[in-house]
Amino acid sequence: MAVTRETPRVRRIRLRPPDWPGHVAGQHVDVRLTAPDGYTAQRSYSIASPPSQPEVELIVERLDDGEVSPYLTDELRAGDLLEVRGPIGGYFVWPEHSGTAVQLVAGGSGVVPFVAMLAHHRTSGSSVPVRLLYSARTDADVIAREELRPRPGSAVVLTFTRDAPADWTGPRGRIDRELLVRHSAPPEQSPAILICGSTPFVEAVTREFVAIGHAAERIKTERYGGMGDTS
Amino acid sequence: MNASDSTDTGRLDGNVLGGPLAELFAADLTVATVACAHCGDHAPMAAFQVYADAPALVVRCPGCAGVVMRCASDQRGVRFEMTGVRLLTVTSSDDQA
Repeated sequence: MAVTRETPRVRRIRLRPPDWPGHVAGQHVDVRLTAPDGYTAQRSYSIASPPSQPEVELIVERLDDGEVSPYLTDELRAGDLLEVRGPIGGYFVWPEHSGTAVQLVAGGSGVVPFVAMLAHHRTSGSSVPVRLLYSARTDADVIAREELRPRPGSAVVLTFTRDAPADWTGPRGRIDRELLVRHSAPPEQSPAILICGSTPFVEAVTREFVAIGHAAERIKTERYGGMGDTS
Repeated sequence: MNASDSTDTGRLDGNVLGGPLAELFAADLTVATVACAHCGDHAPMAAFQVYADAPALVVRCPGCAGVVMRCASDQRGVRFEMTGVRLLTVTSSDDQA
């Protein structure tokens, strides 16, 4: 195992789980910590690495009042053993055979499953057009910056909800209806839509997609707990 | 997904049930269709609301908010209550994405 710094509050953890059966982009693992007195705490973390990569990467944001993430971001050291179960989940995964455009929308560390999906899109040579709309608080909070650089067949649009860089010419502010109309695949394309972020973020964005004419059945969501920040 | 890692997690969704339910069932039930016994609405289990801050995971219908399932796992074992589920449908296709 190895731990690297992704942002001031976020760490990337590379694991080599024994007997890993392989995963699908978008799946998660459950990480369980056990205290000396037997108390256990378990949390789910999305896998950031694509299926083609032998190592499994997690990207974990430190939640100050969390029971698991402060250990993972602050205490964990290379070579430590971690109790991990997975891969888990067949719902919030890359739509391998959708045939239509794919629209991804992330708030904060909700971008992690999409890091895996975009890498899979690239390594599998998929011809499906994919777009990511990613809302981050500030430039310093951007996760997986290198992996999210736009490439042929994939577009990435960033918006900053608190502070944008001085020379920023892209969108600013929370993802609202106007931003979706300007920067996401239109209803005429009937894209498969995947939204991941905090519960308020996911529910606000879902409402706006439906309001601009997307079918609710085309939208899949994954919510995570945390700071209550809606970025 | 990044966690639900808080002592005050609030509301999540059924994606988080994948691990706990894998202790009991061979099929991935997060992609199964669940019909609510209270209102009759149905949706994939992953789209149900999950309250993770109770002693058990409490699963509520996205339509009527009625409790459909409760799942608790600790050192004593696993307890799973699903009186709020009218019908659970697992399709046989291995390509449910």
